[in-house]
Amino acid sequence: MPLNSGVPGGSLETKWDRHRFELKLVNPANKRKFEIIVVGTGLAGASASATLAELGYNVKTFCIQDSPRRAHSIAAQGGINAAKNYPGDGDSIWRLFYDTIKGGDFRSREANVYRLAQISDHIIDQCVAQGVPFAREYGGLLANRSFGGAQVSRTFYARGQTGQQLLLGAYSALMRQIAVGQVRMFPRREMLDLVMVEGNARGIVVRNLITGELESHAAHAVILATGGYGNAYFLSTNGMSSNVSAIWRAYKKGALFAHPSFVQIHPTCIPVHGTYQSKLTLMSESLRNDGRVWIPKSAGDQRLPDQIPESDRDYYLERIYPSFGNLVPRDVASRKAKELCDQGMGVGPTGYAVYLDFRDAIERDGEQVIRQKYGNLFQMYERIMAQNPYETPMMIYPAVHYVMGGLWVDYNLMSTIPGLFVLGEANFSDHGSNRLGASALMQGLADGYFIIPYTLGGYFAGTSLPDVSEGHPAFRESVKQVNETLKKMLAIDGKRTVDDFHKELGTLLWEHCGMARNDADMLKALKRIPELREEFWENVTVPGTPDQFNQSIERAVRVADFLEFSELLVEDALTREESCGCHFNVDYQTEDQEAQRDDESCCYVAAWAFDGEGKKPIRHEEPLVFENVELTERSYK
Amino acid sequence: MSETINLTLKIWRQKGPDDRGGFETHKARDISTDMSFLEMLDVVNEQLTLEGKEPIAFDHDCREGICGMCGLVVNGHAHGPERETTLCQLHMRHFKDGNTLVIEPWRARPFKTIKDLVVDRSAFDEIIQAGGYISVSTGGAPEANTMPVPLEDAELAMDAAACIGCGACVAACPNASAMLFVGAKISHLTLLPQGKPEAAKRALSMLKKMDDLGFGNCGNETECEAVCPKNISITNIARFNREFLKASFFSPEK
Ligand SMILES: Cc1cc2nc3c(=O)[nH]c(=O)nc-3n(C[C@H](O)[C@H](O)[C@H](O)COP(=O)(O)OP(=O)(O)OC[C@H]3O[C@@H](n4cnc5c(N)ncnc54)[C@H](O)[C@@H]3O)c2cc1C
Ligand code: FES
Repeated sequence: MPLNSGVPGGSLETKWDRHRFELKLVNPANKRKFEIIVVGTGLAGASASATLAELGYNVKTFCIQDSPRRAHSIAAQGGINAAKNYPGDGDSIWRLFYDTIKGGDFRSREANVYRLAQISDHIIDQCVAQGVPFAREYGGLLANRSFGGAQVSRTFYARGQTGQQLLLGAYSALMRQIAVGQVRMFPRREMLDLVMVEGNARGIVVRNLITGELESHAAHAVILATGGYGNAYFLSTNGMSSNVSAIWRAYKKGALFAHPSFVQIHPTCIPVHGTYQSKLTLMSESLRNDGRVWIPKSAGDQRLPDQIPESDRDYYLERIYPSFGNLVPRDVASRKAKELCDQGMGVGPTGYAVYLDFRDAIERDGEQVIRQKYGNLFQMYERIMAQNPYETPMMIYPAVHYVMGGLWVDYNLMSTIPGLFVLGEANFSDHGSNRLGASALMQGLADGYFIIPYTLGGYFAGTSLPDVSEGHPAFRESVKQVNETLKKMLAIDGKRTVDDFHKELGTLLWEHCGMARNDADMLKALKRIPELREEFWENVTVPGTPDQFNQSIERAVRVADFLEFSELLVEDALTREESCGCHFNVDYQTEDQEAQRDDESCCYVAAWAFDGEGKKPIRHEEPLVFENVELTERSYK
Repeated sequence: MSETINLTLKIWRQKGPDDRGGFETHKARDISTDMSFLEMLDVVNEQLTLEGKEPIAFDHDCREGICGMCGLVVNGHAHGPERETTLCQLHMRHFKDGNTLVIEPWRARPFKTIKDLVVDRSAFDEIIQAGGYISVSTGGAPEANTMPVPLEDAELAMDAAACIGCGACVAACPNASAMLFVGAKISHLTLLPQGKPEAAKRALSMLKKMDDLGFGNCGNETECEAVCPKNISITNIARFNREFLKASFFSPEK
């Protein structure tokens, strides 16, 4: 299948303008004739729902949580990037574009990333107008801080709760549209199928999580903004309900899945400390502005950190990467921590941790300043670890955090299924093989506020769509199938719990397809995953009945999908015969143990097509063409 | 260092909104003191599942104290005994071996029980729909730095905006008042210059909605502030009252 990205012609700077001009418009009076389904109320889904409703479309919006305000975007801490250049430190749209594409190790589309950088400034304007209480300077103007992978200060933030404040902004815009009846909100619903009619996406089937009823919803187009699938690894910084199900079901209906193996492992999380643990907690990357990462120079040094003198400490990031120091991109920082801990150099009870130390920053700026910047993060750390980070360094270790992979989309954010659009973390578009900090929030809001409102109009104006209602046989067929699968699952009545399977799958992926990958391990995982899946369908136990509020069913459905999807994740990693960004295959590394890309043969997007149950998926390639940046070795030294 | 403890749990079980419900006793054994409260409930639920029984339903998602989805009453305290802590961030080191814990859902007229410990808080969304926003559509915003905001106002607005909408304030209030929730939203928006144009209308319509939904009046009990996991101050209620009075006397909106 030739994958047509639909990137418009013209110079990089003019592409988006030109495209917006060329897209056909929907007459304002006609907009109310269109129904749009939006699945997800994170930054991407809430901003899209609100903006489309403001334009006059009829929107139906769905989420799993009891309120749209609780989507996992709420948990983002550190900040959002924009090319405002308020500090006057040399930033520009071009620099934000360049940093992002280089940070992604040159595995994303130039035109998409450039558009993202162009839109970034408008996002900040929009959010401030909505009342997002960003941090400010004494003079009342907006403040900025630095994030990894950049040498300028371009990150806007609201204490350590930037995601919360941005989401509450988008949520309030959504609430305003619900109040005027332009959006109908369906919380506590989980999408279990995409419904297609004559090759177009025309609706969804959801499970009402309160009554257990399977509901059909028809529309002229479906937008998925369902977030990331990091929970495939069981332990991650994602919310408990984060899943792959929505996009996986769409994949099985024909949407291509791009870069499933590009999983970001974040360097600064609270280390794993017990088998009962249900999730991992992020300590925002912004901490690397002031915190210094180190380990003792000699392995097994039992002294308390404050008793280890300067001369016995190895500030390894500053030593190896003098120009970026503690602010190297995430993949680099994570891999170094893992390497050193694997060599026995780690600290803490498990040896799988490194120090993140604020002693020098507190001496320099005073405790009050540090408290103002990071107070809530320090408090969160103290709660979990029962240690005071103002007095003793934090212990941190990498954890699964974000996925660059997702459904393949073209420049219009449309998947390979006409009428199915994908926004936010659920698509694959802008971050290549490694996302820079503070750019997911930017992308989610760019997609929802500023891109989809134009491109969806273009789709409607250029497509004739027959009337389809919930009575269409395609809905009945889909409900029947979903129902049968649920029944089958409940009838197994085996001996292992859903969580037990999920933990085994997660450990398998973490150990065999995590931060440093090799062919032998990945082959082992490819053998074990189908066995585990088979066992799940023979031996899982899911209590209760389907026609009621039943959280066991919710989890079982998500884990069943992870068990299918994981195979694709590993397959993708195995077939990418290079290292790039987060994807580090030990067979492809430079002399300095950095990722060795192969631009000759691997400069493409790998996008996978479902070819039927039990069959191998088919891999398609979209070549990546770089006309404006030079592909260089990504050096942060 | 981590140790393990054993607990007796008296947990509210209720099949659905129409069921009367009642307490059920469960043992939580070998609980590591490093676990969070919800991880302790996970352990009990795994056990129940293996015994072929229905696990206890409770709401949760982020498990890091920010989504506002979790929330239970533990021994009479909303979100448990620690101050400024959501239940998902409450660790078992705050309990002792042999403790008995009584665990109940939020109980307040506007929050109906769905099952066991899960309640319906959609009334909060309805209150926000009544005016908890600034009416700007996408696209028309002025450049972000055109309107400076005094640092102090921005900080106070952020203090109020930190509300996670968990509902503990309502659950703790003898009158089931939502004044802290509403006051926080009103304060967040009216402290900022962007929110001033709609201040009067917002105060009037949010208060009316709160009354219509069956939330009670504020009796200055300050229980809400004591249980708030985000330390939202009752000065926000005073600010709301001022806005409301201003609106009632001086605004054409009334
Ligand atoms: C702890 C943490 C900190 C972060 N910090 C930052 C940061 O500082 N800066 C930054 O740029 N990025 C950060 N990120 C990344 C960023 O927050 C996310 O990538 C982004 O918010 C995702 O937004 P989204 O709208 O795509 O999805 P989400 O916010 O995850 O929303 C997904 C929505 O889809 C719904 N949904 C999912 N599946 C289904 C289904 N099957 N049926 C129905 N509904 C469904 C959910 O209910 C939810 O409403 C952080 C991420 C984490 C986990
Ligand atoms: S689960 Fe999100 S606040 Fe507790």
